[in-house]
Amino acid sequence: MFPNPFETVRETVDPSPAVSDAVTYTTCYMCACRCGIKVHLKDGRIRYIEGNKNHPVNKGVLCAKGAAGIMQHYSPARLTKPLKRVGPRGSGEFQEIEWDEALSTAAGWLKEVRERDPRKLAFFTGRDQSQSLTGWWASQFGTPNHAAHGGFCSVNMAAAGLYTIGGSFWEFGEPDWDHTRYFVMFGVAEDHDSNPIKMGLGKIKGRGAKFVSVNPVKTGYSAIADEWVGIRPGTDGLFVMALIHELIKARRVDLDYLVRYTNAPWLVIRDPGAADDGLFARDADGKPLCFDKKANALANALEAEVTPALVGEHTLADGRIAVPVFQLLMDRYSDDSYSPDAVAERCGIDADRIRRLAAEIAHAAFEQEVVIDQPWTDWAGRRHETMIGRPVSMHAMRGISAHSNGFHTCRALHLLQILIGSIDAPGGFRYKPPFPKPVPPPVKPVGRADQIMPGTPMAGPPLGFPMGPEDLLVEPDGTPRRIDKAYSWDAPIAAHGMMHMAIHNAWAGDPYPIDVLFMYMANMSWNSTMNTSGTIAMLTDTDPETGEYKIPKLIYSDAYASEMVAYADLVLPDTTYLERWDCISLLDRPICDADGAADAIRQPVVAPDRDVRPFQEVLIDIGHRIGLPGLTNQDGSAKYPGGYPDYLANHERAPGVGPLAGWRGADGTKEGKGEPNPNQLDRYVENQCFWRHEFAPEERYFKHANKAYLEKAVTLGLIGHADPIIHQIYSEPLQKFRLAARGHGAVLPPEHHRERIETYFDPLPFWYPPFEETAVEADGFPMHAVTQRPAAMYHSWGSMNAWLRQIHGLNKLFINRGRAESLGIADGDWVHVTSHHGRIKAQAKLMEGTNPDTVWTWNAVGKRKGTWGLDTSAPEATKGFLLNHLIAELLPQKGDGYRYANADPVTGQAAWYDLRVRIERAEADAPGVEAEPRLDPILAPPGAKTPAATVRYTGREAAE
Amino acid sequence: MTSLPNPAPTKKLGLVIDLDICVGCHACAVNCKEWNTGGHSAPLTDWNAYSGAEAEDGEDTGAWGVWFNRIHTYEAGEGAEARTVHFPRSCLHCEEPACVSVCPTGASYKREEDGIVLVNPDTCIGCKLCSWACPYGAREYDHEDGVMKKCTMCIDRIYNENLEEVDRVPACVSTCPVSARHFGDLGDADSAVSKLVAERGGYDLMPEMGYKPVNKYLPPRPRKDTAGATGAPTRLEALAAQAADAVPTGAGGSKLLSWVDAMLSR
Repeated sequence: MFPNPFETVRETVDPSPAVSDAVTYTTCYMCACRCGIKVHLKDGRIRYIEGNKNHPVNKGVLCAKGAAGIMQHYSPARLTKPLKRVGPRGSGEFQEIEWDEALSTAAGWLKEVRERDPRKLAFFTGRDQSQSLTGWWASQFGTPNHAAHGGFCSVNMAAAGLYTIGGSFWEFGEPDWDHTRYFVMFGVAEDHDSNPIKMGLGKIKGRGAKFVSVNPVKTGYSAIADEWVGIRPGTDGLFVMALIHELIKARRVDLDYLVRYTNAPWLVIRDPGAADDGLFARDADGKPLCFDKKANALANALEAEVTPALVGEHTLADGRIAVPVFQLLMDRYSDDSYSPDAVAERCGIDADRIRRLAAEIAHAAFEQEVVIDQPWTDWAGRRHETMIGRPVSMHAMRGISAHSNGFHTCRALHLLQILIGSIDAPGGFRYKPPFPKPVPPPVKPVGRADQIMPGTPMAGPPLGFPMGPEDLLVEPDGTPRRIDKAYSWDAPIAAHGMMHMAIHNAWAGDPYPIDVLFMYMANMSWNSTMNTSGTIAMLTDTDPETGEYKIPKLIYSDAYASEMVAYADLVLPDTTYLERWDCISLLDRPICDADGAADAIRQPVVAPDRDVRPFQEVLIDIGHRIGLPGLTNQDGSAKYPGGYPDYLANHERAPGVGPLAGWRGADGTKEGKGEPNPNQLDRYVENQCFWRHEFAPEERYFKHANKAYLEKAVTLGLIGHADPIIHQIYSEPLQKFRLAARGHGAVLPPEHHRERIETYFDPLPFWYPPFEETAVEADGFPMHAVTQRPAAMYHSWGSMNAWLRQIHGLNKLFINRGRAESLGIADGDWVHVTSHHGRIKAQAKLMEGTNPDTVWTWNAVGKRKGTWGLDTSAPEATKGFLLNHLIAELLPQKGDGYRYANADPVTGQAAWYDLRVRIERAEADAPGVEAEPRLDPILAPPGAKTPAATVRYTGREAAE
Repeated sequence: MTSLPNPAPTKKLGLVIDLDICVGCHACAVNCKEWNTGGHSAPLTDWNAYSGAEAEDGEDTGAWGVWFNRIHTYEAGEGAEARTVHFPRSCLHCEEPACVSVCPTGASYKREEDGIVLVNPDTCIGCKLCSWACPYGAREYDHEDGVMKKCTMCIDRIYNENLEEVDRVPACVSTCPVSARHFGDLGDADSAVSKLVAERGGYDLMPEMGYKPVNKYLPPRPRKDTAGATGAPTRLEALAAQAADAVPTGAGGSKLLSWVDAMLSR
């Protein structure tokens, strides 16, 4: 029968097509959030990636990056084979080699160094999610010169938190989204824990809680805040201390909480000039003392039944005076220099507004108390019938961290939460396991002269938490022991190392030259460094006498043709995240939430179609080739012949403790601690690639002082003992450094460091202007310049993604409209941005929601021509730009010519948000105008194919 | 030229999008892209996928492609009071869709059974009349295939018996991290989405055009950014005075000491 030509042809819709042939669960790696994903495969191709509904991190949701994982996996930027450099560094001229040659070359270089002087290896990893392996590998190698990129990113948050409350913001804690009434988010903070924060914001807005965003820029989450506080960058600490000023002036603090959970009652010796001035008064057993009002006598402050004085002066047994921490705190923050009127102009926030915000915080904390009807028992065995909470919560991350005053600012944020009694209380900030830990965690950095021997592992990890000058890694004359000068007088509490100084110092031979630089997933010649152009020059600089590169050998591993690849001598191509085993470990950065301990794995979803190997697999292989004892049996055979998965299941860090906490014990029945289980990975795979132990209701709050929780944490191996974890408002380790600056103790700072140590090792948080601001403000750099993170591109890796680059294909310099117009700059004009260090050209975009003194751009969108599998016409490379060119890695010279790192003086955190600039109109937009500087294109690596201009991806083999 | 179902569908499947909590993260847009590039209208072609191109006026025309759902972020107002708005935009599956009635071949059609507007690629001639007719810019022309494509409300998900029931929602709804997207029958006054619209004052986009969009947007809730909005006083001194007054001055003690003694429970 013929169809009737006048009748509409109805479409046949198949409402129930087969979605996929197979589904594999694994863990996302498109950013640092580590969500559970469900990967659908069809005809061997990745058809669809969705969030895993059962996963504790994302509960089924997935962000833009996660959903774009398909394009990441099939990116034309993927490296395809090991490479040996044959042209000059930076040219991109490589020869493809076989893995055996690559591995024997690397092993040859490394073995020689290890047997001569292991410190001549600097091993730094970037966005590494396997730091429990890489740190241990460095320790096995015997070099202290190891860290990941935390020194750029987060160490102010980590150190400030761990030295104050034994936990931190970042991704290691979370607001109590279910109970909070008032949530304050400070600065750029959305890119760790990104999906949990989004889920939480949706929840609290639905519940009618107030959301305040303190951020110079109103984008992303700030757009849905009830109130946007467009603060001037670097002044958050001052703002927070003004809030504290208001609260204590009004007596709106939770004194019971302070007595129970903090060192507020501990007595501080007041004896100027003495070697113990400013330390805690202690009894013969070393226990801190308080003044017990009931007994009218000094008493052990750790005793549960004392009634401690919080104020006043008290006389010690030796006749000296001591005062409680609380008194010191009241004295400092009630001072008018912290009043709203005193700070308003500097912060760019009206004083009445600061007063109102303080009143709102007090109101939410004390008038909207949350009571959970759940009995619990505290560390001293006292039963409490309910859990009483102060529903004010806060979150902060890089916007606070990347300033030279970030450590003290972050301490102030914790102090504010402590004063209202909200840390781990219902409605407040909640610890995620393995936190809280003792303040600070009892791990010391290793790397002193007596701890390093050729051909020998170090006795502990390279990174840890100094308790005082005796834990520094310095020579007797104060010279730094580490290549990055972490744990030296330059940055005594550099708990994440200072990767940002590794290349500069290795190039300068300061404190010593190195032989091999080994890096992983760290784009150090582009966006993961300060002073990009300078860093490129250092990587290519040669010794005029020998003609050899100043950094002689450079091994680099990456999955993609990033800007860094061209600077390596040997390139070890990594797999994509869907082609590998991996471990998200409790020993590193697990996937816990406040109600449960959890860890996870990645499993291969598809086999690599290129000659590439997972970096962790390669590291274990090299380790065996050079005979690292942890990876080699007595007879010389490999300890983990099955490679990385073998290591994951069978490696023990301490008896019963391994990379994964779930299904331990020979029969898989143990949690946390237990002998290795050869079938452990199978059990993870069966359970959708994660393990989670949910805490009982009585264990969920006040974890720092909750007997049931602390005992549970010991059995799971999260902490060593169940003693209460006492918030350190006053930080005694800081005072110990300060005493050294005054000439007390066995390890003393060289004279030229003393004033700096004296100033910045204040045991109570204080505010000071960011260093660059102080140094250059008078020279005509009136504006702040910072970066923000677009939600679709959290973390820089992967911004060449075919779908995501349609969302953010180039970045512009955002300027407050009124300010731009006063400078004669129109939307779309090109502008010169000049700092004390350099000048770039960028295209302006005018907007209202930006602090008038601040310009900003999206982080890491700009690319170098020829990299990342992109054509040289890509707007990322023609119009995209980096602020990094403007940021010096060193501060301007001080009087004696010495240049400190551009970093926080306590932690060494890179201070890239301190940047100050001036803006001048360059020209109107016209065809062919490009951003500056314009660096030469880099050749694509051999094996790279010119990608198809048009992509028609269907997620099935046939249609490609 | 293409007729609408008569009688009009009673079932009106659609989306409710909450502008109070949308953070503009593009999760919905990219998840839509990855589902649909292998779905009913596959593929969703991308051009200049790894390159760029500059138009004569210098404007970048870089990478572009077919997307059924796009997020626009813009500012409304001036100065510090300006609001940043994240606005997700996709087909609204109108009750009286001009894109259907304008279609010369019947390729663009509205389903009787659920009101979803689809395009039949076999009969679409790529004339683009529908994209001119749609005031919402919701149509996406795939010039590789020479046909118009658009949001299908994930027609290959919402009835798909190969998926668990909980997953039978559009990809954008399933993935939204803040739960700003809801799916259901807006023709049923008792449905969860209809109740949500009633409760939150959900509204039609550009109702004056008369196309009666099925999708609804929920307006931002009033912002608690003014004095008294949370019930708190505007400053704390008043409380300070009360606290000081309420505490008798202890023998020889300062006001601070008296306060501490009075407040502490032990």
